[in-house]
Amino acid sequence: MKKPLIEFKGVMKRFNNHTVLDRVDLEIYEGEVATIIGKSGSGKSVLLKHMVGLLQPDEGSILFGDQPIHQMGKKEWSRYISQVSYMFQNNALFDSMTVLENIALPLRQATNLDRKAIEERVRMRLEQMELDEVEMKYPSELSGGMQKRVALSRALVTDPKIVLFDEPTTGQDMIRRNAILSMIAEYQRRFGFTAILVSHDLPDVFFISSRILALSEGKIIFQGTPEAFEEFQHPFQDEFVESLEEFQEHLTGIYSKRHFKVRYQNILSRKRPQESFVVGLFTLENFEGLCEYLGHTTGQKVLEALGKYINKHFGAVGGFSARQSRSQFSVVLPFSDLPEAEQILRDFSMDLQEEGLRIIQTEARIHREVCFEFAILAGLAESEFGAKEIDCIIDLAVKNQRVVARVQCGERR
Amino acid sequence: MERNQLPLISPLGRAMITLTNHLGGLFIFLVKSFLMIFQPRQFPLIIEQVYFIGARSSMIVVLVGLFTGMVLGLQLFHTLVKFGSAGVLGSAVALSLVRELGPVLTAIMVTARAGSAMAAEIGSQRISEQIDALVTMRIDPLRYLVSPRIAASMISFPLLTALFDIIGIIGGYITGVVLLGVNSGAYFYRVRSSVEMEDITGGFVKAVVFAVIVSTVCCFQGYFTHMQKNSYGAKAVGLSTTTAVVLSCVLILVGDYVVTSLLM
Repeated sequence: MKKPLIEFKGVMKRFNNHTVLDRVDLEIYEGEVATIIGKSGSGKSVLLKHMVGLLQPDEGSILFGDQPIHQMGKKEWSRYISQVSYMFQNNALFDSMTVLENIALPLRQATNLDRKAIEERVRMRLEQMELDEVEMKYPSELSGGMQKRVALSRALVTDPKIVLFDEPTTGQDMIRRNAILSMIAEYQRRFGFTAILVSHDLPDVFFISSRILALSEGKIIFQGTPEAFEEFQHPFQDEFVESLEEFQEHLTGIYSKRHFKVRYQNILSRKRPQESFVVGLFTLENFEGLCEYLGHTTGQKVLEALGKYINKHFGAVGGFSARQSRSQFSVVLPFSDLPEAEQILRDFSMDLQEEGLRIIQTEARIHREVCFEFAILAGLAESEFGAKEIDCIIDLAVKNQRVVARVQCGERR
Repeated sequence: MERNQLPLISPLGRAMITLTNHLGGLFIFLVKSFLMIFQPRQFPLIIEQVYFIGARSSMIVVLVGLFTGMVLGLQLFHTLVKFGSAGVLGSAVALSLVRELGPVLTAIMVTARAGSAMAAEIGSQRISEQIDALVTMRIDPLRYLVSPRIAASMISFPLLTALFDIIGIIGGYITGVVLLGVNSGAYFYRVRSSVEMEDITGGFVKAVVFAVIVSTVCCFQGYFTHMQKNSYGAKAVGLSTTTAVVLSCVLILVGDYVVTSLLM
């Protein structure tokens, strides 16, 4: 059985007479992206602050490995906290310091590295986060998104094992929100740290999370995968999740996964048994590479434009679509059989090659001279009403995927 | 009978407990921060604060010192003339400045300029979670923010006091000698002969005591801005700054009396 990296055991926290955490039990495993969701004021940030010693539990214990962190000696605590970084909701950057000084601060003040080594590490982070042009600027001179990047750079400069993100996307527009989440996912993969997020961005945050922890009325009412959370039956789903999950997905304006399923049930319930329909799955291949090369904001814009293009094209033939994962879109063609769907896909592929990719490039503001590469894969699967679950049909469509359009060095092929 | 007395006694008791808690907290805050002065990496931070508290306060100290000396020269000249002792103007000006006015007025001026800034800066760092950020970065906020300010105040206050004294004596010279015609040689002779090493040391002791009072009170108020009752955010920072300045000024005068009586 996998051993948790951090474990809360019966943690209670009261402020005056108000109980914020009520015997909280939770586990965080190494290398995962764990997202804590809950209503405003439900104690998510309080929970996070317990992990870095900013708050102490009134009862219960928080274990790191086997050791309760609030009973650690000075040396053990120092060893533990050196492995943890915290990215604050409002960034908590030092206004009187430049970007470079802010990022260098934990290395200068809390390590014994020499000046040269510190500078090398800071410069490396600045380059990775595309901040090298603003290194001498002050936080107040930067945009909200850039400030987030500086805060993230400062959190990662010490190469931590665990990074805590307290509502990292607050106050950002939908593109930036997704860009920040995408950035967190990329760095988590690249550096292998354990990420613990507090976020309200449903369902966007589900695409990058390996586990969801739902906090309600001071208790953890759910711990599990995002897929399991979709099936979780609890009043919390109706009161909180559905109120946040709008009818349309924020980034692309197409259906959210939940509403896609509702529409699927509605349409197919009107069809007779043995009547067939087709499900298509589209994948933006090399999405991570695209984000890395063109930046996370541009990556999200490509995704947004592609989602809209797919929706427009298949909407015209009675289809409806949803964002399936970070870089995947699903489409249901309820009035088509497989040969007809194949023809629609061929038309789509031609349109995409001829004008779609140009539209996507224009909307994402990618210059023609910029050399980059991505491909769009598509796969179809046919089923009969009531024969299979939608997820199984989507899995079949994934297996049938092939390249329908490709961009290499700005040229469409 | 006892029950009737409780409404009077209990608020007093609560106030005493709060006061004791505050004084205890302030003392622990001072001791912990003071001990951290001697830790590694402190030197550049202290120098930075010496520049802010000391060097950047020198102009205001020069201005106040000059006019204090000039007013003192003017007032004392007219008083001493009545007793036919205008010749001892130098002694009167120098002793007043070195023993009392120099350390007290310097401390009050630095409180207004640098002390308020300490409380406001640390207070806004508290409400914007920068202090919490330091904790998560393994940087002790007392070491990083408070102890350099205490050390820099202990270095700067005596130097600024010395500057105030010298400029004040020059101010007295301008009024007494240049404007009112006291003999120049007699003025400086009296200054030299009346001021003893004990007076200078006493003035410096006061300056160091005031430095500790001002820096500790101002940093303490800023550091615990979030614990202000009934005010949050920017309002709490404003309240902390005002409290820091008022409390520092009061404690400077109380401390002045205590140190003077001990030195006498």
